[in-house]
Amino acid sequence: MDVITTTVDARGQSCPGPLVTLYRALKDVRQGDLLELLCTDPGARSDVPSWAKLSGNELVEATEDDGLLRYVIRKARA
Amino acid sequence: MSTGTATDTTELKELIDQALAEREDGINKKNKITIIAWDGHLDRVWPTLILSTTAAASGMEVSVFFTFWGLFALVRPEKRTTGREWMTKALSVLNPGALKRAKLSRYNFAGMGPWMLGKVAEDYKTPHPTELLEMARDMGVRLIPCQMTMDLMGVKKEDLIDGLEEPIGAATALLEMKESAIQLFI
Repeated sequence: MDVITTTVDARGQSCPGPLVTLYRALKDVRQGDLLELLCTDPGARSDVPSWAKLSGNELVEATEDDGLLRYVIRKARA
Repeated sequence: MSTGTATDTTELKELIDQALAEREDGINKKNKITIIAWDGHLDRVWPTLILSTTAAASGMEVSVFFTFWGLFALVRPEKRTTGREWMTKALSVLNPGALKRAKLSRYNFAGMGPWMLGKVAEDYKTPHPTELLEMARDMGVRLIPCQMTMDLMGVKKEDLIDGLEEPIGAATALLEMKESAIQLFI
């Protein structure tokens, strides 16, 4: 199950763009699946973990490389 | 480890009551946010819609109650005037109307402010409120017009954009707020 099934590219978008794009993509993902979010919005550093807390989805991984933020999320709800 | 004194019992009872009250609060409140959108200015409606779409993206139930000047954010862009007679019509002309024409609450400078803000937002790829309103609607945010404002200002249902909830009154708005974990007046 630990294979990333979807990559969401929200690079260049800013608040609330990345989260709305993520939300839309999450609809097509099955429960328990892993999804990868790529973005460049500095606000995402605090917002993606907050979103995970609010929505109940699990933030599995958060990495940053030269301004490119990458988050791995496990979908919790159906 | 109770020593069995009266003070201990009272303290314990207080703690239990407090815990019960807190639990009840949790049960009564849904994972929901209700925003009263009272102001129609661009710099007020914008954060309202950012919060709404973000809450919806976080799996929260979202209701936005558009009242007084806020109602005009829901007016169809092609509809420049609304109203019943000369006074309500004049008010609708004085008021910029539809979100597309919304002014800033400060630094408006005859439209230079909103234009510059719009330009900066575009470059920064922050969606404009007109776009956010559509996004919100698509994401299931309940956009609710205020019945009283519609009657008072002579705004008809056909003056408003499609996809809105049925207009409601103050009591229903209060009910929406009461069952929400978060309530805001913007």
